[in-house]
Amino acid sequence: MITMEKPSASLWRKIKPRYNLSGNICKNCSTAYFPPRIVCRKCGRNSKMESMTFSGNGEIISFTEIRVPPDTFRDEAPYTVGVVKLDEGPLVEGHILENGIKIDIGTKVKAAFRKMYVDGEEGPIYYHYKFEPV
Amino acid sequence: MSRDVAIIGVGLAKFGERWNAGLKELMAEAGLQALEDANLKSDDVEMLYGGTMASGRFMGQEHVAALMSDQLGFKNIPAVRIENACASGGSALRQGYISVASDIHDIVVVGGVEKMTDVTSSEATTALGGAGDQEWELFQGITFPALYAMMAKRHMYEYGTTEEQLAAVSVKNHENAMKNKYAQFHKRLTIDEVMKSKMVSDPLKLLDCSPISDGAAAVVLAPLEIARKYNDTPIKIVASAQASDTLRLAERDNLTSIKATSIAAEKAYKQAGVTPKDINVAEVHDCFTIAEIMAMEDLGFYKKGEAGKAVMNGETAINSKISINTSGGLKGCGHPVGATGVKQAVEAVWQLRGDAGERQVNGAEVALTHNVGGSGATAVVHIYKRAN
Ligand SMILES: [Zn+2]
Repeated sequence: MITMEKPSASLWRKIKPRYNLSGNICKNCSTAYFPPRIVCRKCGRNSKMESMTFSGNGEIISFTEIRVPPDTFRDEAPYTVGVVKLDEGPLVEGHILENGIKIDIGTKVKAAFRKMYVDGEEGPIYYHYKFEPV
Repeated sequence: MSRDVAIIGVGLAKFGERWNAGLKELMAEAGLQALEDANLKSDDVEMLYGGTMASGRFMGQEHVAALMSDQLGFKNIPAVRIENACASGGSALRQGYISVASDIHDIVVVGGVEKMTDVTSSEATTALGGAGDQEWELFQGITFPALYAMMAKRHMYEYGTTEEQLAAVSVKNHENAMKNKYAQFHKRLTIDEVMKSKMVSDPLKLLDCSPISDGAAAVVLAPLEIARKYNDTPIKIVASAQASDTLRLAERDNLTSIKATSIAAEKAYKQAGVTPKDINVAEVHDCFTIAEIMAMEDLGFYKKGEAGKAVMNGETAINSKISINTSGGLKGCGHPVGATGVKQAVEAVWQLRGDAGERQVNGAEVALTHNVGGSGATAVVHIYKRAN
């Protein structure tokens, strides 16, 4: 009964940040945001948001291996996700591909463009940034 | 300018897998018990707030507050649904409190309900995932256990909290649930059994996670000045506070505490004129074992990093230093999400009246309830005392 309605719309709407690591920075207080925010958390109405591309470099703050996935990731489990602190400041959630390297809190990672999941048997393949140990 | 508010009646529908009960049956079971407890006629009720998180996704049923009102035989009164993820119940209670305190209504019923077991666990995981940031968490397959698992792993890293200490939360809450006839589980656990249960999202195992549950809870509120007309032992709500934060976990100040909890708690202690040391009994939001440990710290019962050891030492068992989750908590009593925040108030009332039976905390004078939505984007704290 429950499906994730139109994941594609949610993907395409945010395609620039998801594919290009394009976030933004508030010129009023110099806080960088990824994913981008409409309004700066610190400055509210005084925000001066400008777009900014992130390097994708960062380090793992925490991580976990998911063994019980939601419907859309049925065929992907188990998979590892983490919270990564990007070099430019913000923390962001993402998948972590271990690539045979044992990861830990503090492991340096870099974002790469990878397959995320296939929507049904003949459905489209979704891509997304994922982090890999450097 | 605002009036004192009391709880004059409480009711619970048994929590668990209630295959023969739908939303209507669950709500009526809890609601009628609360009306009886308050010696009320259906016609006395002026307003209803109903908390439910995802009845639409679980049951295909929206518009639940009007349904609740109708099922309880209330005639055409205003009824409003409150949705605040897992804090829907606590948020509904706070709205009820505000409407009585502000002299808009006298007799207000606050209900909470969730019917979760008609869908598969992966469907439930998806529905509950909506409490986080859909675009950046659920969209990437990041589940609720995963968000709390990442908080747990960071808490272990920063403070040396152990998996055994997490397991001890579950063991204690199951022990308390043994003494609660409304609880989903009546099964004693050992630390070893929790440690050996199936890994869900490391370090959290199946027995670190609250279950999928059906259940409902209801309380009746009235201005304190007329409360004794209905009930000999009205319980006064001495504080009602709430705070919000970012939906997305990674956007918060840190992963090892829930800031909305600390903010709401600080306001609540101030309103009530009490300190954390004055609290005898607390129902806290243990959706995962790590959540109880963070709650103990964020509510000011323990210093950061000390809560895990305290649970392990038995300091939070019934009639020890501070009795936490005497009902069995979300872990042992069950977690029908919309009902949980209201159930916590029901347990606080029973404890303060001295009606908690085998799980009674001796000399319980001040009780606190703490209800969290999502991974911490909403926190609601209430404090209660016996009305003198
Ligand atoms: Zn700013």
